[in-house]
Amino acid sequence: MRILCPCCGERDAREFTYCGDASRVMPALDAEADAWAAYVWGRKNPRGPHEEYWQHAHGCRHWLRVTRNTETHEILSVLLEGPWRARHEAKDPR
Amino acid sequence: MSGYRLADGGLVDRATALSFTFDGKRLDGFAGDTLASALIANGVTLVGRSFKYHRPRGILSAGTEEPNALMTLGEGSRAEPNIPATTTELFEGLVARSQNRWPSLGLDLLAATRPLAPMLVAGFYYKTFMGPTKRSWMLFEPFIRRAAGLGAPPTGADPDCYDRRNHFCDVLIVGGGPAGIAAALQAARSGARVTLADDAAAPGGALRGSRTRIDGEPAGAWLARSIAELDALGATRLPRTTVFGYYDHQTLGAVERVTDHLATTDGSSPRQRYWIVRARHVVLCAGAVERPLVFPGNDRPGVMLADAVRLYAYRHGVACGRKVALFTNNDSAYGVVRDLSAAGAPLTAVIDARAEIPEACRRAAHDAGVELIAGSVVRGTHGGRSLSALDIGGVGGSGTVRRLDVDCLAVSGGWTPRVHLASQMGGPPTFDARLQSFLPGAPSTGWIAAGAMAGTLETAGCLAEGADAGDRAARAVGLEPTATPDIEVSEELTGYQPLVIPAIRGRGKAFVDLQNDVAASDVELARREGYVSVEHLKRYTTLGMATDQGKTSNVNAIALMAEGRAGGSAEVGTTRFRAPYTPVTLGALAGRHTGAHFQAERRTPMHDWHVANGAVMSPVGPWLRPRAYLRAGETLREAYIREAGNVREQVGVCDVSTLGKIDIQGPDAGKFLNRVYSNGFKTLAVGKARYGVMLRDDGMLLDDGTTWRLDETAYLMTTTTGAAAPVMQHLERLLNVAWPNLQVNVTSTTSHWASMSLAGPRARDVLADLLDETDVSGDALPFMAVRRSSIAGVPVIVARLSFSGELAYEIFCGAGYGLAAWRRVLEVGAAHGIMPYGTEALGTLRIEKGHIAGGEMDGRISPHHVGLAGMLSKRKPYFGSALANRDGLLDPERYEIVGLVSRAGEPLRAGAHVVSGPAGNPGPSQGFISSTTFSPALGKEIALALVKGGDARRGEVMYAADPVHRRHLEVDVVSPHFHDPDGTRMKD
Repeated sequence: MRILCPCCGERDAREFTYCGDASRVMPALDAEADAWAAYVWGRKNPRGPHEEYWQHAHGCRHWLRVTRNTETHEILSVLLEGPWRARHEAKDPR
Repeated sequence: MSGYRLADGGLVDRATALSFTFDGKRLDGFAGDTLASALIANGVTLVGRSFKYHRPRGILSAGTEEPNALMTLGEGSRAEPNIPATTTELFEGLVARSQNRWPSLGLDLLAATRPLAPMLVAGFYYKTFMGPTKRSWMLFEPFIRRAAGLGAPPTGADPDCYDRRNHFCDVLIVGGGPAGIAAALQAARSGARVTLADDAAAPGGALRGSRTRIDGEPAGAWLARSIAELDALGATRLPRTTVFGYYDHQTLGAVERVTDHLATTDGSSPRQRYWIVRARHVVLCAGAVERPLVFPGNDRPGVMLADAVRLYAYRHGVACGRKVALFTNNDSAYGVVRDLSAAGAPLTAVIDARAEIPEACRRAAHDAGVELIAGSVVRGTHGGRSLSALDIGGVGGSGTVRRLDVDCLAVSGGWTPRVHLASQMGGPPTFDARLQSFLPGAPSTGWIAAGAMAGTLETAGCLAEGADAGDRAARAVGLEPTATPDIEVSEELTGYQPLVIPAIRGRGKAFVDLQNDVAASDVELARREGYVSVEHLKRYTTLGMATDQGKTSNVNAIALMAEGRAGGSAEVGTTRFRAPYTPVTLGALAGRHTGAHFQAERRTPMHDWHVANGAVMSPVGPWLRPRAYLRAGETLREAYIREAGNVREQVGVCDVSTLGKIDIQGPDAGKFLNRVYSNGFKTLAVGKARYGVMLRDDGMLLDDGTTWRLDETAYLMTTTTGAAAPVMQHLERLLNVAWPNLQVNVTSTTSHWASMSLAGPRARDVLADLLDETDVSGDALPFMAVRRSSIAGVPVIVARLSFSGELAYEIFCGAGYGLAAWRRVLEVGAAHGIMPYGTEALGTLRIEKGHIAGGEMDGRISPHHVGLAGMLSKRKPYFGSALANRDGLLDPERYEIVGLVSRAGEPLRAGAHVVSGPAGNPGPSQGFISSTTFSPALGKEIALALVKGGDARRGEVMYAADPVHRRHLEVDVVSPHFHDPDGTRMKD
């Protein structure tokens, strides 16, 4: 697989680390155990587009929000995550 | 002994004779031969024994689809099993051995299983040995596995070197036949960066050596002209390269056999090269495989594919027999009739299953002077280890009409497109009634199939379709195609019209899958037993599961399954083909990543000193660390006991540079740490260190370590050696995903610092002598204090921390000064009795103190299991807090850490189970031992263990059960804090 890193350009998937489902939203630290249990163990396994985190671990180390079609592995979008997210979203991702 | 070399013809270089051996016998061939063509030229018909029944087998094909002629090539560590003789280029001194026979190919005693053949049907092993008779499977399996098999792998390490190369191109063309070359030319003419991969030594595919004329000249001339143009256009040509896998995002794997065809190499080239090709568009021109016909005795040596018989004649100048008959059900084989006559090896007879034979075919047979036996089939074969005669009968009946003496039978059952790569990146292959075979399904990514692979069998059609595919590929990568030149091809047979005869019945086994010995009767049995799905058929009969992936058998098996079914083969469908298309040697995939290059080895700045001073080094994650420093005559055990004892009595120094170090800075750094650690970090003052515990989101222990506050907004976090990378990623995750608004930066500084731990009652004396003008008294440098100082002018950070339970300091300096600082510590410490100590002594000291480390932190452990519940703050939320105190983790029967003392003084072993009962009646496991050592402080063999309800069991006598090593030892359950439980020694 190839992933278009917004910082480094198109790179092989071997440079990236898969970091899990990005559609889940982490509850507040003081949220109830049930909310955290749902966050930690409640997983969907969708067929089709799936938002997930990838870290460019052997590159810029940025966290990326990648939308990948789990059926075809087609990558539909790659966005920067973290403090740079807002600035990145303002620009064309390509 | 039937094959022979024709007087002339073929592409072989008759001036260059090569000698080789087959099963120790010296034979000769020519440059340009394959091992298979040379064997046939030498009259060899028997080349192997079959997988299950040890039946004699001969060469069937002339390509990668070969199911029978598998050889072990080379000797010693270079021996490589299961290589098709048909794809092996001959070289001087080649050593080939047949396989799956004992003691020899001619006399194979394992063939004694053949009378059992009626029993050894599909599913035999499982029906007989599984279920109620499962125990007999255990008994017979080793024998069965030995009797059924292929070549043996070499036992030595692979002495050859392999390479890996990343390659990028606009258009990758797979297959160098007429379609592939036409596609490559058109794509390259439009300006695309073209790569043409072909598994043969020379390009051309079916055109190589053929009598076809293109644009009025021999095919060879057109090929040479086209290749020259491709080279001039800058195309990358990869001969001897098999594209074996088609992966996501237009990534393809290919293996190039760089030196396999050479007798000797100068060592400057790798043996094979693994290409990872990223292509913007792909044109698949992989060609087609001729299908055998399924009739009784069709596996006898001498029965070959018709096109292979033709190829051996016109490519290698080899006739496959003195009296050769052709058995076909379709038009394509009549090209073979003409070509063999032209090559000077005319056929004896043509047996055609069809009663109505097209006029063009009749004429071809007539022109060649060959008898045409229409409406007939081969009902059986005669001969021992090679074919001597055929029984021929009418297609409708069952009896034999006549007997025909032949020593070779060329068989053509139609053509099977090589859809493998298309299937890897596309929809299911679709059945084509004209071909009676499957065509590539719909692409799921950017590829086009052309030529025989797409069902076009005639040269003119392949050239036109290839050129069109080249144009389309160019357009797909944004280029404007050039005009396609007209190409004229000499007259060829264009009909096909196969008669469907899934299997001909008669006496003897009719094989479908020759490599896995699956007969038509096995497929029928599977069908009778209700295996209607092709996936089930495959697993039940093992059809298509051999190293040839059923290239010659799948379509015939599907036709058999479809017999009597309304939807026919289309309804049965195929299984999905998986990479690799042909077997790939593991060495090629590993490339240079073997031995010392398998993984980068990390060394501390003091590494060379350790090695020079008797250290036994051992890997800890990617790092090498000293286990102990052995003195002359000392064992490892003696060394670590001495080193640990010296720390308790005097002073020792340990290289702890491998600890993970993370620099954390920013106005919100304190707030961040207070969320990350389960214990409070808000009150940590500048110049102080604090031990902290961090949890995963599920409340389990992630790591522990100390974090030092260097100034208002700067902290230095230390992690365990193994968790350095996971902790770094954890912190990055939280800052990027959970709390992007916190103003904090984290940087890994693990290798920026050299670190050492100075521990023992005399550590303060050493430190006083070591540091430049620094007050090291207990008041000035109290427990958990952090100070900046220097050693001989080199800046250092000193932190008073203890892992060993003794008075101890960690000294950090820039990595470049590590070795100098280390030497200085030992120099200064000499007067105080200093000794270096390794990870074994480090382990001993921490086990005596009941500190947890890797053995305990296995990912299934929460602070409640290891006596760290006190580290879980009740005053603040922190990462993991919501789930840290869930019911399961508070269960009184949870694992809890305990100390164990071996009552008889026998050493304990990590991994042993802790049980309540004596040997013979141990009862269920109550837990397990996580770390063990001999304790110099106690003079006893001790261990840390995780035991159910462990706290309440202190004082009990239990057993360490280690049935693997036949040990069952009595142990006292005690507190894990064996030594100085109040910690007075480290705080003084």
